[in-house]
Amino acid sequence: MSTKVLEAIHINKYFHTEQTQHVLKDITFSINTGDFTAVIGKSGCGKSTLLYILSTMDTDYEGDLLIDGQAMRMKSELELARVRNEKIGFVFQFHYLLNEFSVLRNVMVPGLKLGKYPEKELEHRAMEKLKIFGIENQALKKPNQLSGGEKQRVAIARALINDPILIMGDEPTGNLDKKNGEIVFDLFKKLASEYHQTLLIVTHDQEFAKATDRIIEMEDGRILTS
Amino acid sequence: MKRFKLLYDIALALSLARWRQTMVAAVGVMFSITMFIALLGFMNGLNDMLDGLILNRTPHIKLFNEIKPSVHQPVQLASEFKDHFNVIRSVKPNGGRLEIYNVNAITQTISKDERVLGIAPKITVQAFYSIGAIEVTGVIDGIDVEAESNLFHFSDYVTTGNFMDLKNIPNSIIMGKAAADKMLAEIGDVIQVTTVNGEQQQLKVVGFFQSGLRDVDKVQSYTSLGTAQKLLGVSRNYITDLQIKLKDLSLAPAMAKEYRNLFDVDAEDIQTANAQFETGSSVRSLISYAVGITLLIVAGFGIYNILNMMIYEKMDSIAILKATGFSGSDVKRIFIMIALSIGILGAFFGLLFGYLASVFIDQIPFNSAAIPNMKTYPVNYSLKFYIIGAAFGIITTYLAGWFPARKAGKIDPVIIIRGK
Ligand SMILES: Nc1ncnc2c1ncn2[C@@H]1O[C@H](COP(=O)(O)OP(=O)(O)OP(=O)(O)O)[C@@H](O)[C@H]1O
Ligand SMILES: [Mg+2]
Repeated sequence: MSTKVLEAIHINKYFHTEQTQHVLKDITFSINTGDFTAVIGKSGCGKSTLLYILSTMDTDYEGDLLIDGQAMRMKSELELARVRNEKIGFVFQFHYLLNEFSVLRNVMVPGLKLGKYPEKELEHRAMEKLKIFGIENQALKKPNQLSGGEKQRVAIARALINDPILIMGDEPTGNLDKKNGEIVFDLFKKLASEYHQTLLIVTHDQEFAKATDRIIEMEDGRILTS
Repeated sequence: MKRFKLLYDIALALSLARWRQTMVAAVGVMFSITMFIALLGFMNGLNDMLDGLILNRTPHIKLFNEIKPSVHQPVQLASEFKDHFNVIRSVKPNGGRLEIYNVNAITQTISKDERVLGIAPKITVQAFYSIGAIEVTGVIDGIDVEAESNLFHFSDYVTTGNFMDLKNIPNSIIMGKAAADKMLAEIGDVIQVTTVNGEQQQLKVVGFFQSGLRDVDKVQSYTSLGTAQKLLGVSRNYITDLQIKLKDLSLAPAMAKEYRNLFDVDAEDIQTANAQFETGSSVRSLISYAVGITLLIVAGFGIYNILNMMIYEKMDSIAILKATGFSGSDVKRIFIMIALSIGILGAFFGLLFGYLASVFIDQIPFNSAAIPNMKTYPVNYSLKFYIIGAAFGIITTYLAGWFPARKAGKIDPVIIIRGK
């Protein structure tokens, strides 16, 4: 009895540079609660582009996108920001932590924005997330005092702070060495198995992809298998 | 409110990360507001002083009888020439009475007028000061010493001697300093004056008078009303001018017109008599405003620059804020907050230092023979300048922040993230 967290219906995307490029071709698929999905495909096949659309940051596409059953098409910029804040967590290749704030505060920022919990409680929750990744003792450091792998773990903790229905990752280990990459992979697996977190992760790593419940393979803007 | 605090925290963190530039921008605003306040305070101090030089001593409305040809010539009154077009050449004034008729009735009526602060009668006597065999022209004003002092600060300009002696000592005179110097007259001396009718009179010098305008001091002297009437050999009802001071100076033109019709006398208002002084004042104010606002605009560009730089450096932060659920207007608000904080901080210290600069100017000694009762540079501390300075400072920084902030709000996170 799983429900659809995300549904893409006939999504097409074009880039209009010197000549028009059809980057995404009729993408239709859906993701259910608890799914741990990997997206693979050759470089330039449109994985990132698709993820930006699914995350509601890119609104320049054809077709429909449903998140938690709601159509994103007609929503205003303000409403989309709210959807991202509340329902989606995003992990990029780069960590994008704010160096002016402590690690703990970085994790809290999206939660403070949502304003669902009082600050004290939010702080406690942020600490819990950091504990999952074993970096709670780094909470009061500034991000630039952390190692690359630690930063990426903080970024994942930040993505989790509002208990999103879906976490998306665009090559979240792309910038890490093998060892750190494996640590982060293991953490995603832990999130999926222990916390039943719905995950949609773009990756180049076959090993990692095999460990997921489901693989979506893309080629030249199309979904081959899913 | 909670959301506001979060945005404020982020704004604060961003400006602290670049605190040197933030400081420079705030100092720019501070400097321009300091200059604005000091300049306006000083300029308006000067204005007040210069205006005071003339306006304090000038009645708001002056009632008098001018010697001029009658408007209604007899031929126009004659019925047989009524329908004719009459050309009269070489019309001359007749009579030549300078006296205001019914002066007591007029004085009483005006004293009861709610809009009037006070009224002081005056007699103008054309006379010659006799120096040995030479006679120098002069004007002697017979005044009501107390009223003149209360309404027109007469006592401020009596630099030597006691102005009340004019009332208490019979046949006394307070001479313009320059006229007295010419006659080598000292206090206590007796001088001789001759009126245009040939009357001669001995008057005792009880004080010197300095108006600040040397040309005036060369001719002008004062006596009491009684002495002036004696000089002219006229009755106690003889008054040539009624000087009226109003509660509100701006009513003068309208009231002058009203009195002219009511009492059938000539009435001159201060605006007509001294139009050039107001022009001078407003030009000085205008220059100070222009300089102050120019400085503020320059400071505004400083803020514009620092914000643009901050936005350029913090693209990543803006992108992640947007990716994690901050809207464009949230981001815009953050940068406007930075601009406004710079503005408010700069304005606060600008007002403070502007006030201190004013106090400093106020201490600088300024001695002028022309303005005896002034010891230091004049400064006007009107709250108005502080309010205008603060308002302009904050509005300028808001506008300077608005354009970069809008740009930040429109940043597309996809472009930034893809660029990494
Ligand atoms: N802003 C843009 N303007 C024009 N073309 C673009 C733009 N962004 C991406 N593209 C093109 O769209 C295609 C898909 O790009 P995308 O970044 O989605 O690939 P990807 O599958 O994520 O590749 P990689 O695995 O290397 O990250 C590429 O051919 C790229 O050149
Ligand atoms: Mg990519």
